[in-house]
Amino acid sequence: MIAVVVPPSADPRDRLAGSIPKLRAFAISLARDSSRADDLVQETILKAWSNIEKFDPATNLDAWLFTILRNTFYSSLRKTRREVQDSDGAHAATLSVKPAHDGRLAMQEFQKAFDALSPEHREVLILVGASGFSCEEAAGMMGVAIGTVKSRASRARKRLAELLHLEDGEDMFSGTDGATQAVVLRSAAAGF
Amino acid sequence: MTKDKDEDATRRQAIREQIDENLKRVYTATLNEELPDRFRDLLAQLKGKEGSGTGGSA
Repeated sequence: MIAVVVPPSADPRDRLAGSIPKLRAFAISLARDSSRADDLVQETILKAWSNIEKFDPATNLDAWLFTILRNTFYSSLRKTRREVQDSDGAHAATLSVKPAHDGRLAMQEFQKAFDALSPEHREVLILVGASGFSCEEAAGMMGVAIGTVKSRASRARKRLAELLHLEDGEDMFSGTDGATQAVVLRSAAAGF
Repeated sequence: MTKDKDEDATRRQAIREQIDENLKRVYTATLNEELPDRFRDLLAQLKGKEGSGTGGSA
């Protein structure tokens, strides 16, 4: 008894609609601007539609679409890079946020710190940290080695922790309240 | 010594977990936003072209 995985006649184009929410979430995390993100998604759909024969149905459609979207994003970024593109520079540094008093990161503060990261750092964190792709899949999408994905993700997390003052001297766990300790303990427990 | 190291590793692990948890929150929040109509319209338009149009694929 073998479970049928893919309906034999499935046109991958029929599956595009189902991928749009994920694609859009990825686009927003890269572009940080929803109208620009929507333009990116639209462009990606158009490219995917007209190049659908290049998609291998045995592979992950989301990964294929994400690849088109990020390539589109970076090629337009290259054209406009003379605009403020300071990545980890001075502008980003001024955006550093204070930790929330209760230790739990306020969403807005986290978002602000995340937005201050370079696009490359945002990308790797979303791919491997949030959207559940493996490092191998992310490497395929980003066109780099797996080791590069891992080291970039690690640097990105470190940078984010710096922006959030979770590292470097300040002890986020001192003088915390019960709720924070619960989060900390839970997190620590998950690590073992 | 070892204890310090362990504590350090635990702490780093906790920070990492916290960051990833927040990343997921950010991503999921966006994921759950209502989609703009333009995408549904776009797909309908593309599908319509495909169905009626004889041209296109060279």
